[in-house]
Amino acid sequence: MSDMPWLTILLALPALGALALVLMPRGFARSRELALGVSLVTLVLALFVAVEFIVGNGHIQLQETYSWIPQFGVSFALGVDGIALSMILLSVILVPICLVAAWDDVPADGTRRQQGYVAWILLLEAMMIGVFAATDIFLFYVFFEAMLVPVYFLIGQYGGPERARAATTFLLYSLLGGLIMLVAVIGLYVAGPGGGDGFLLENLTGLEIGGVTEKLLFLGFFIAFAIKAPMFPVHTWLPQAATEARPSTAVLLVGVLDKVGTFGMLRYCLQLFPEASQWATPMVLVLAVISIIYGALLAIGQKDMMRLIAFTSISHFGFIVLGIFAMTTISQTGSTLYMVNHGFTTAALFLIAGMLIARRGSRNIADYGGWQRVTPLIAGTLLVSGLSGLALPGLNAFVSEFMVIIGTFQRYPAAAVLGATGVILAALYILLWYQKIATGPAPENLSSTTRDMTVREKFVVAPLVAAFLVLGFYPKPVIEMLEPAVTTTLQHVGVTDPASATSADGSEG
Amino acid sequence: MSVLETSVGVALADPSAVTAVEATGTSALAWLVIALPLLGAALLLVGGRVTDTFGPLLATALSWGSFVLGALIVVQLYGRAAEDRSMSVQLWDWVSAGELSVHAGLLVDPLSMAFVLLITFVGSLIHVYSLGYMANDPDKRRFFAYLNLFVAAMLILVLADSYLVLFVGWEGVGLASYLLIGFWNHNPAYASAANKAFVVNRIGDFALIIAMAYMLATFGALDFATVHGSAGSATQTTLTIIGLLLLAGACGKSAQFPLQSWLGDAMAGPTPVSALIHAATMVTAGVYLVARSQAIYDLTPDARLAVAVVGAITLLYGAIVGCAKDDIKKALAASTMSQIGYMMLAVGLGPIGYIYAIFHLITHGFFKAGMFLGAGSVMHAMNDRVDMRRFGALSREVKITWITFGAGWLAIIGFPFTAGWFSKDHIIESAFSAPGWQGWVFGLVALLGAGITAFYMSRLFFMTFHGKARWEDDIHPHESPLTMTIPMMVLAVGSLVLGAVLYPTGLLSGWLEPVFGHAEGHESLLPLIAIQVSVFVLMVLGVGLAWLRYGRDEVPQVAPEASFATRAARQDLFQDEFNEQFLRRPGAALVVGLETADKDVVDNAMVGGTSRGLASLANVVRQAQNGFVRSYALTMLAGIVAILGAVWVIQ
Repeated sequence: MSDMPWLTILLALPALGALALVLMPRGFARSRELALGVSLVTLVLALFVAVEFIVGNGHIQLQETYSWIPQFGVSFALGVDGIALSMILLSVILVPICLVAAWDDVPADGTRRQQGYVAWILLLEAMMIGVFAATDIFLFYVFFEAMLVPVYFLIGQYGGPERARAATTFLLYSLLGGLIMLVAVIGLYVAGPGGGDGFLLENLTGLEIGGVTEKLLFLGFFIAFAIKAPMFPVHTWLPQAATEARPSTAVLLVGVLDKVGTFGMLRYCLQLFPEASQWATPMVLVLAVISIIYGALLAIGQKDMMRLIAFTSISHFGFIVLGIFAMTTISQTGSTLYMVNHGFTTAALFLIAGMLIARRGSRNIADYGGWQRVTPLIAGTLLVSGLSGLALPGLNAFVSEFMVIIGTFQRYPAAAVLGATGVILAALYILLWYQKIATGPAPENLSSTTRDMTVREKFVVAPLVAAFLVLGFYPKPVIEMLEPAVTTTLQHVGVTDPASATSADGSEG
Repeated sequence: MSVLETSVGVALADPSAVTAVEATGTSALAWLVIALPLLGAALLLVGGRVTDTFGPLLATALSWGSFVLGALIVVQLYGRAAEDRSMSVQLWDWVSAGELSVHAGLLVDPLSMAFVLLITFVGSLIHVYSLGYMANDPDKRRFFAYLNLFVAAMLILVLADSYLVLFVGWEGVGLASYLLIGFWNHNPAYASAANKAFVVNRIGDFALIIAMAYMLATFGALDFATVHGSAGSATQTTLTIIGLLLLAGACGKSAQFPLQSWLGDAMAGPTPVSALIHAATMVTAGVYLVARSQAIYDLTPDARLAVAVVGAITLLYGAIVGCAKDDIKKALAASTMSQIGYMMLAVGLGPIGYIYAIFHLITHGFFKAGMFLGAGSVMHAMNDRVDMRRFGALSREVKITWITFGAGWLAIIGFPFTAGWFSKDHIIESAFSAPGWQGWVFGLVALLGAGITAFYMSRLFFMTFHGKARWEDDIHPHESPLTMTIPMMVLAVGSLVLGAVLYPTGLLSGWLEPVFGHAEGHESLLPLIAIQVSVFVLMVLGVGLAWLRYGRDEVPQVAPEASFATRAARQDLFQDEFNEQFLRRPGAALVVGLETADKDVVDNAMVGGTSRGLASLANVVRQAQNGFVRSYALTMLAGIVAILGAVWVIQ
């Protein structure tokens, strides 16, 4: 069993599904069912992969390496550590949920439009698996850029009225980041041992490049990841893209794709350029804290609910980056757990907001009010998702946010305290939003046909709420998957956890 | 007056040295105390309309089940030696990474069980009361679900064995409070009140999170046993900072100065909620937190002094506001603030005060819950009116309510031998025995507070039940059904006799001694008898003044123009104006400014410049796409040469 090229199969499955959809005749009536089926099989397969994975081992497992373009040192190499696997699992869980949520997005009209829509989603799934599983830096770069294609079309062809501008901004931003990274990727190859597998991650780890070169290479990667994450001040593409995208696309974009940014910081910036990472830490921490507070304040002021959710994500990504660069076991484990939790929380927020928008036909928060009386179940689950977003204990996000704060405090108390003010601001942006949507007198101008949550929509929300509760009360299995990989990362960087004051020398510093 | 003599006992060497053993017998089922109401909440919320018929009854039964189980655990603990009454129940490994290791675990000890009994007993009574009070509400099932959720969260709070698990309950009760304040959120003002409560509480919660971060960095743990056990090895500065942070958390939850502004608005919730959450239990969680963290506060006199100062300020603040409120529920809310101020003052006094703080907390839980339920019954009689200026002369119309409310009134003003007399007088006496100037300041404040309390509570009592009827025309007062009056009677009996049952018998001090140890205070600044006589005289003066103005004299039906002082008190000493002016408005301006800046500066100038630059670059590139095959071929050739060159260089 363990000789099977698990990850390649996992990657190929949705890609083949997308291909099959494209090959189907025009007006194929069952494209949604086919896509959902493929994504569910992918999910099951991913669970098998997770079983093969040895929890407690922090190194890259399930490795496959094939020579691809040896002239350029490029290999087709896949493998996962706990962090990558958790991201892949998040992706394959969210894709079927998004497909169900997107069921009525594009009507079957006898053209290829619906086929194209779900095919792009499947192709995106394949790319997401690839980008997290790649262990060859060039291959990673290829996936990193190729991912843009399905997203570009999902926004540009299926999005809202301003879709063209949003898709272009998204593409330009990402390409710019990608180009800078490409330079760094090639530069890194030159600094490395070279040869036919010179882009393999293992051949480039521990190079001790040092000096200005390492700092420049670090920046090349970091800028690309900061754009992707997105961090202040390179965040402005996200609210636009998330607003114009369909809710399901927004989920995959913000919930999964953006994680490539923070994943990349952990996997590439920290491990490949430990010295430069420590050099850059103060600046990154400042930007992370700004992202937390800035994102939260802007979320409070939003009038469009998709934009609001996008800004909450900028705030949450601030927490994730803060924890990554605080470089303690607790903070980084918290950050990686946050990457999983944020995926579920954002998915629920976008998709439930999408249900409201589908009923009212407006993203404008002011157009709502009193909806607790119109659609009690939608309002109720929106509140639950919002509470997850404001990190209420007992729900998923709390554990990770708390770990980031206290883990960061161990080394950078000031950054932790400033970042923690996000806790107060989160209560404001979530509760004010909920107040405007759900409370107040029942709206009068609504048609009486407005229905509460349908059965299909219940299938969308139920697994997400279940994930909130499981990850809130029993995050242990996920933490056990993540922590060894975090420990390995920290070993590569060469930092050790600060000891607590009393256990070290009986006085505090 | 021997019943008030401070009892003499043998001090346990160090109460924090009591280590919890693994729970056996009934105590091992402590998780079920929480699980029962939690199950109720889940069933009623997920079950939907199917549970409409039996849901409320089920929720009430589960709450009583919790009480019975809690009582059985207390019986079991009582059968053990005093120093063996601390037991731990380990549930599961919750969050572990690096140095952090937190198990979901419970601590069953005399302090937590005292709270369990109070919460489940008063909570269950209020469930019963709500069966009557909410009988005609279309969302009754949801109401009972939230009540059960609250009870479960509150039990998590007091049974937790670590600060992190406590925090789960801490925010859980905040959520339940939010949901219940906004229960009738079709009224926008009520929805805002709910938000205000949650957000102000979050400020305190923020401090609590930082306190935990500080603890982890200092002690490497968050469980009570480790933190309290190694508190002695931390520096004074660290302990003071942690103490102040915990105090800030307590201020949020317990509506203490300067985070008190939410409590008055919280009266938007249905009255049973005000009784349970915003009087008897949740708002006392701050007192519990400080008492539970005694090992830290014992070592940091500075933080303790801050606790006492906050308590003293709030007890006067609440009392002053209480004098001017015409809304019966808001007057009671101000009084709650003030009474919790007494408790805070007591825990701030350190070891001499802990037991009396908890004692007052328990008696207050009875008499204040009783009076809130009474207020609900009055509102029931008066078509949900709350303006006391339109009450009056209700003593004949709602006799049971009048008598039971009267019992609570006697207790809160400290009428001799009622429950409140025992507990409050002890706090005043302890305040006078604080060292140095503190004894005078805290003692006199507590004494003055007692007089004001007697005045405003009597004002409330006389305006509601005595004097002339000032009812609006459509009002026909009627007594409430038995489901409502029986809980009121039970609480009234408690208000009268609980002090005499718990204190002179040594029941309470004996029970709590393993937790708090036994402390002898400094010599009191005044002789005991002098304090007691002063308290009594002030009480009589307060009642007398209130009788002259609100019992005997005509009460205007509309609040008359008044002095600046009265207007200030009516407006809660301008707390909302202050917050509006210095917090909300600047905050709103900042948000609006940032939104503009994000579009104009960040998007257009800083990074937007790049994307525009790219767009113009794209224009240049587009011109290269001229459609001539030969120019494409040339480009391809150049590319191939470049790649080959690169390969050659690398190899």
